[in-house]
Amino acid sequence: MPQTLAEIRPGAYYDSVVLMQLQRALADLPGVDDAGVVMCTTANKELLEQSGLLTPEVQAAAPEDLVIVVRADDAEAAQAALAQVDELMARRRSTGGDEDYRPKTLDSAAKMLPEAGWVLISVPGRYAAGVARQALGLGKNVFLYSDNVSVEDEIALKNDAVAKGLLVMGPDCGTAIVDGVGLGFANRVHRGNIGVVAASGTGLQAVTVGIHRNGGGITQAFGTGGRDLSEAVGAVTAKAALARLAADPQTEVIVLVSKPPSPAVAEELLSLARQSGKPVVVDFIGFLNAEAQRGKDAELEGEAIRFVQTLDEAADLAVALATADRRPQTAGDRRYDSSQLAIRNSQFLRGLYSGGTLAYEALLLLQEYLPTVYSNAPLKGGPRLENAHESQGHTIVDLGEDEFTVGRLHPMLDNDLRIRRLHAEAADPETGLLLLDVVLGDGAHLDPASELAPAISEAIATAAAAGRQLSVVAVVVGTDADPQGLDSQIKQLTAAGAHVFTRHDEAIRAVGAALAGGSQTVDGRPQTADGESSTQPAIRNSQLATRNPFAALNVGLESFTDSLKSQGAGVVQVDWKPPAGGNEKLMGLLARMRR
Amino acid sequence: MNTIDQANAIAVERMIEARPVLVGLGKALDVIPGMHADLLLHAGPPITWERASGPLKGAIIGALIFEGRATNAAEAEALITSGAVQLEPCHHHSAVGPMAGVTSPSMAVYIVENCTHGNRAFSNLNEGYGKVLRYGAYSEEVQAKLRWMHAVMAPVLAAAITATGGMDIRALLAEALHMGDEGHNRNKAASIIFTKNLAPHIAKAAPDGTTAAAIIQALGDNALCVLNPVMAACKAMADAAHGVEGSTLVTTMARNGTDFGIRVSGLSERWFTAAAQVPNGLYFPGFQAEDANRDIGDSTITETAGIGAFAMAAAPAIVTFVSGTPKDAINATLEMYEITVAEHKAFTIPQLDFRGTPVGIDLRAVVETGITPRVNTGIAHKEAGVGQIGAGLVRPPMGIFEEALVAFAERYGF
Repeated sequence: MPQTLAEIRPGAYYDSVVLMQLQRALADLPGVDDAGVVMCTTANKELLEQSGLLTPEVQAAAPEDLVIVVRADDAEAAQAALAQVDELMARRRSTGGDEDYRPKTLDSAAKMLPEAGWVLISVPGRYAAGVARQALGLGKNVFLYSDNVSVEDEIALKNDAVAKGLLVMGPDCGTAIVDGVGLGFANRVHRGNIGVVAASGTGLQAVTVGIHRNGGGITQAFGTGGRDLSEAVGAVTAKAALARLAADPQTEVIVLVSKPPSPAVAEELLSLARQSGKPVVVDFIGFLNAEAQRGKDAELEGEAIRFVQTLDEAADLAVALATADRRPQTAGDRRYDSSQLAIRNSQFLRGLYSGGTLAYEALLLLQEYLPTVYSNAPLKGGPRLENAHESQGHTIVDLGEDEFTVGRLHPMLDNDLRIRRLHAEAADPETGLLLLDVVLGDGAHLDPASELAPAISEAIATAAAAGRQLSVVAVVVGTDADPQGLDSQIKQLTAAGAHVFTRHDEAIRAVGAALAGGSQTVDGRPQTADGESSTQPAIRNSQLATRNPFAALNVGLESFTDSLKSQGAGVVQVDWKPPAGGNEKLMGLLARMRR
Repeated sequence: MNTIDQANAIAVERMIEARPVLVGLGKALDVIPGMHADLLLHAGPPITWERASGPLKGAIIGALIFEGRATNAAEAEALITSGAVQLEPCHHHSAVGPMAGVTSPSMAVYIVENCTHGNRAFSNLNEGYGKVLRYGAYSEEVQAKLRWMHAVMAPVLAAAITATGGMDIRALLAEALHMGDEGHNRNKAASIIFTKNLAPHIAKAAPDGTTAAAIIQALGDNALCVLNPVMAACKAMADAAHGVEGSTLVTTMARNGTDFGIRVSGLSERWFTAAAQVPNGLYFPGFQAEDANRDIGDSTITETAGIGAFAMAAAPAIVTFVSGTPKDAINATLEMYEITVAEHKAFTIPQLDFRGTPVGIDLRAVVETGITPRVNTGIAHKEAGVGQIGAGLVRPPMGIFEEALVAFAERYGF
């Protein structure tokens, strides 16, 4: 008889990654069917309800309570699982009695590391703006990873930052590279003379990876958060970041990446870009196709601003502009016979993405080849999946969307969700081609191919057993300096039978051509098993960052502290707890009494 | 800097700049403001006989016997419950007392004067270890010691203190922090300095050598003999910071064995109280947590003034009381910087590269961080007269800080 047991710990706070790791560990215990470990907010209660884990006592718990729910085969197994919670939590850190002091507040952390110029914030959204205000008050720039921050708070924070000469990246900013140090989910890339401003996390990653692959390097890559270029926010951070790059003598070329902004904001940004006096490569993804075409055709010398169509093209052009070689990169020597990917007419493409911007770019590029591609995050006016959990026809699904990630680890960190979907797709006779992105770098899963490759072989075998051919295309977004090892990832995926690409645009064009017309030769080719890169580095006068004066305070996810340490940056982790134990009334009073 | 920050800066500046000097020893009735023949002072926030704990009741009985007002427990209780003798907190009379803190009209009290701002503070004599009034013992053995202290020691001590021309307790404490004291649970170094300073004057003032030797030995054998003047000094410093309009600084923390109470600089004389906790610590052989009384005494005035547990990093010798390593002692002090507004100019900690001790508890920071002040303390047996059974760490209940914050917001219209 299945039993659901809950344990409530009032006023306990842990970061969400810790909780989700515990949740997975509990669910893996013998006899345990499902587990939930969450702070008891209304949203999380809804999640628990969907999983059938909402007991009356959990229903009655407060937002600042930690709840641990287990559903198991019987009461004994449930109790055994709950009894292991503390041990599982303790495993995450050695508890030597001689630990250095962990500051509880930003103020005291700032005193411990006065040279820190940045504060990384990844606490729950309802507390994030308060922490960001404190950081600005201390004169620090802010990397605001947290989401669920109101637009009003975002605008106020950004304007405050501008008034103080500071930058607020985010909210919902997943990645940036500052002074050679990756923040959040970032790839290890060469330093160089190209600056990036991006309103998209995977967009920033793909462009910086492309620049590195082409032998170029990065001065700064600033994230803005997805809402920055909206009319309401008015691109405050993008403008400030552009101004920093314009003023930076090391930066010789600027790349601007965003989903399509509103025309007014776009015009303002482009006018600022023109004033920078530096060449600016713009990828307003899918926004200015006509102009992009014109930009491609234009005489490069005359134009300060050049539009491109893909993230990889942005990287190509930026590197070309940044080196003495001012000719545009051509893809003429890269050919890929897409007949290898040909599928039957009754079969469809199933793209399972972890990176939102890559999924978006895939939908855009596929427009040239396929009339209808369903998605849970469709292009404007495009067909939306009736149910994100079930593919229809050709499908590109973004597994990083909220419907998949609320209460779970992001698919870049945890392959579980994607592997389950992969098996489901493989079992579907309609599936002819599987498409995956594999994003590497700090913050991402430490060895995604080790989990994805076996799943890919199994998927291919499943299809073969049913007398079907299943092709698998994997796009690896990463560099040879990333902790996962680009070569090792490519080798594992190739050995599993996947066609591996390192350029996203090439992969999509190959897939598109195969689906549209069977055999046809397109620009691009897959990676060979030995990981030979698709273009040779054009310049080698830059080095990978090793030691760095960059220093930051981290409030929230401890993995960010580990990442900064491994990059040689100075960092102090704040042992943060919700102010006033999360009591709204007291928080309100304190805010007024701090003003 | 907002108005609260400004008010706190003024308040903490006054606390730090206060220079408490031991200027004399007098009779409580003569020197403590508001003291009268029918009044007993006690530690902590106000309390009634009915709610008083064992050690406090015992000390009240003992004090009334010492005063000659009662000959046994029943007579003493009748005096209190009839209202013939009243109970008031030491803190309402510029005084402080360790543990039960009971101070009666004819007792001798140290007089400490803040030479910067002119306010005075008072504290009774320390009886040493074993069966003592401050832990609620009132047997004939206790009475005999009290009588000797008042008839023989007090007059000599009074003359000796006067002869020193005033002993700067702030300077004495600053030195002791560099000798392994934290000023609350560990006062070994300060007690030796105190005794050393007084010894020549005691030798001169005593009627004979035997008396001088007995007094010096009583002081020298008692590693807490300086605790009472230290507490009076801390009271003089904390009072200097009290009553600053708009300040959220905590200027009183005190326990009566039943309740823990605090007062706030900008909230005049209002107490915020809740049930005191049982300290978490090490017990002497034969005792355990069930024997312990709730937290008791005015000695938390040391933490209020920026020493005691706040200076734990200076006293690695007593880290066992807080369950750990010298690193834990350092971390204990580092944690208190999170809830204080300044670093002390006079009190510094060698182990922290002579950083000033954390001083000036900000009510806002306590509520915001959820970090309550740490308190080092002795642990009393819950039955009157058994005495000290251990030492350890205690923290005030969070609720009184939250309540005070709400009251502050109401009072100042936030």
